[in-house]
Amino acid sequence: MKQSVTVNKTQELKLAGAAKAALSKFKVKSPKFDLKTFLRKVIVPLASILLFIGLWHIGAKALFNIEADYKIQKALTDQGQAAANAMAACIASGDISCQPNTLPSPAQVWESFNTLIADHKVISADKLAFKEKTAALNEKRISEGKDPITYTGRPSFVDQNFTSLNTVFAGFLLAFFIAVPIGIIIGLSDTLRNAFNWLIQVFKPVSPVVWLLLVFMIVKTMTKDSNSDSAFIISFISVGLCAMWATLVNTAMGVSSVDKDYINVAKVLKLGPLQKVFKVILPSSLPLIFTGLRITLSVAWMVLIAIELLAQSPGLGSFVWEEFQNGANDSNSKIIVAMFIIGIIGFLLDRIMLTIQNMVSFNKNATA
Amino acid sequence: MAYLELKNVNKTYGEGKSATEVLTDINLTIEEGEFVAIVGFTGSGKTTLVNLINGLLKPTSGEVLFKGEPVVDTSHERGVIFQNYSLLPWLSVGQNVAMAVKVAFPNEKKAFIKERVAQYVEMVNLSPAINKRPKELSGGMRQRVAVARALAMNPEMIIMDEPLGALDALTRGNLQDEILKIWSKDKRTALLITNDVDEGIYMADRIIPLRPGPRATLGPEFKIDIERPRDKTELNDNPVYKKTRNAIIEYLMGIGEERKAISKKLYELPDLAPKSFVA
Repeated sequence: MKQSVTVNKTQELKLAGAAKAALSKFKVKSPKFDLKTFLRKVIVPLASILLFIGLWHIGAKALFNIEADYKIQKALTDQGQAAANAMAACIASGDISCQPNTLPSPAQVWESFNTLIADHKVISADKLAFKEKTAALNEKRISEGKDPITYTGRPSFVDQNFTSLNTVFAGFLLAFFIAVPIGIIIGLSDTLRNAFNWLIQVFKPVSPVVWLLLVFMIVKTMTKDSNSDSAFIISFISVGLCAMWATLVNTAMGVSSVDKDYINVAKVLKLGPLQKVFKVILPSSLPLIFTGLRITLSVAWMVLIAIELLAQSPGLGSFVWEEFQNGANDSNSKIIVAMFIIGIIGFLLDRIMLTIQNMVSFNKNATA
Repeated sequence: MAYLELKNVNKTYGEGKSATEVLTDINLTIEEGEFVAIVGFTGSGKTTLVNLINGLLKPTSGEVLFKGEPVVDTSHERGVIFQNYSLLPWLSVGQNVAMAVKVAFPNEKKAFIKERVAQYVEMVNLSPAINKRPKELSGGMRQRVAVARALAMNPEMIIMDEPLGALDALTRGNLQDEILKIWSKDKRTALLITNDVDEGIYMADRIIPLRPGPRATLGPEFKIDIERPRDKTELNDNPVYKKTRNAIIEYLMGIGEERKAISKKLYELPDLAPKSFVA
C-alpha cells in the first residue's frame, strides 16, 4: 500500500499544479484578487475532489482487506497453515498472481491510465510505421484498382474513444434528422399529435437493449449481401432511436406552445404558412428544441456504452466489456479509467451543446 | 358609407352552458380620418372588441364592416398596436420593423425596405437602438417599436389596444404626442382603446364608453369639441374639457355604482370571536 500512497501524493501534486494553472487564469480575468471568490471557485471544488479520492482510497483499502482475509482463510481451510502463510506472504509482496480482485484504489487507476496512454503511443507508432511501410505498395494497389491494405491491429484505448464519439455523433445526427422534423409536424397539428401520442408514450420508455435487438433484426436482413460494417450501423441506429425521444417531445411541445402574442403578430402581418413556421414558430421554440437536443446527446452517450457492449461494435462499451471478461490484474482499474473518461466526455459534450444553445437562442439564460 | 361599421355585434366565448357572453349589441360607426377613443374598465371586453375589428376574432352574430366589406381576416389596411407590444424577442428592433415592411411591400427592393425601416425607427426616436433586442429596451421604447412596426406597414387605419397602459406618466405623455403627430400628418383613421379618460379626451374626436362585461355594450358617445392641436397644460383650464371630463367620469362612475348595486348581497359571517390569551 505504501507505493500507492506515494503515487497518491504525486497525484495530489499534479492536482495542485492544475489548481495553480486555474488560479493564474482566474487572476488574468480579474486583476483584483478576491479571497472569497477564490475560496469558493478553486479551493472548495479542489477540497471536494481530494475528499472524494480520500474516501475512495479508504473504501478500496477496506475492500482489499476483506478480500485478502477471505483468500488467506480459504487457503487455511483448504490446504492448511503453511499454504495460508504462503498466501499472506504472497499478497503482502504484491505479486500479481495472488492479488485480491476487488475495487481498485485511486493509485492503481492512475497507473492504469498511464499504461493505457503508453499503450496508445506504442500502437500509434506501430500504425505510423505500418503506413510508411505500405505507402508505396498501397499506391500501386490503388492504381491497379485493388483495395489498399489497411492496418488491422488492435485499437488503442484512445482510438476506441474516437470510435465511440463517432458512433454517438452518427446516432445524434440520425436522432436530429428524425426527431426535429417530426416534432415540428406533430407540434403544428393537434390531430397528428393525438394520432402519434400513443406511439411516443409507448416507445419512449423502451430500454436501449430492446432497441438494439429490434434494429439488429432489421439491419441484419438489410445488409445481408453487403460487406459493410453492420456492427457500426446497428449501434448508431440504436443510439439514435433510443435518444431521439427527448428531442421529439420537446420540439413538439415547443412548436405547439408558441406564445399566442407571436401567433397574433403573424396573423396581423398576414404571414404565409411557411413564413409563419420559419419566422415565428421555429425561432420561438428553439430554446425548447435545444433543451431536447441536449438531453438527446447525453442520453445517446449514456446508452452507447450498453449498446456497443452488446453489438460487438468497437468502442468504449466493448472496451469495458472486454476488460471485464479479460479478468487480468489491472482489468478492474482499466474499467474505472473508462468510467471516468466516459463521464468527462459526456460532461464536455453537454457543455458544447449548452454553448451552442446559448449562441442560437434568444433566451440567454439557459443554464446547466 | 361609414369607414368602419359594427352592426349589432355579439361575441360569446364557449358553447352551451359554459358560454359567456362578452360583448352584446355593439353598434359603432367611425368615419374616415376620425380619431375615436373607447374608454372602459379593465376586463370589460375591450381587447375582444379590438380583435373583432382587426379580424383576429369573428363575431358570434352581427357584422363588422370595413369600407362596406365584412371583415373576415386580418388585413394590412388595419394596423394593430397590441397592449403587450408583442415584439418578437429573437429579432432586433430593425428586424421586427423590417418583417412588417417586407410583408406590406412584398415587391419592393431591399434598399427600399431598409430605408423605410430606418425612417420609421427614426420617427419613434429609436435609431440608436435599431440593432438592440426588445429585451434590452425599456417598456416605453418597446411600445415605440410596436408603433413603428404598425405604422411602417402604411395602414389606412390604426387600431390601438391600450397601447400606453403599461407606461409611466411621462413616457405616456410623450408617446401620446408622437401618435397624435403621426395621425394628424396624413390623417389616418384611428381607434384608441384606453382606460384613461384624460388620454381619451386629449387625443380623440369622440369618446365612447364601454359598459363593463359580461354582456358589455357601448354607452352614449361624447364629442370632444376642443380644437387641435391641443395643449395639455391649457387643457386643464378649458371649460369644455372640464365639462366633458366630468360628464364621462360621472357616467362611468354611475356604471360602477350600478354594478355595485347588483352585487349588494349580504354575506353572513361565521360567529367567531378571537381567543383570549389573557384569561
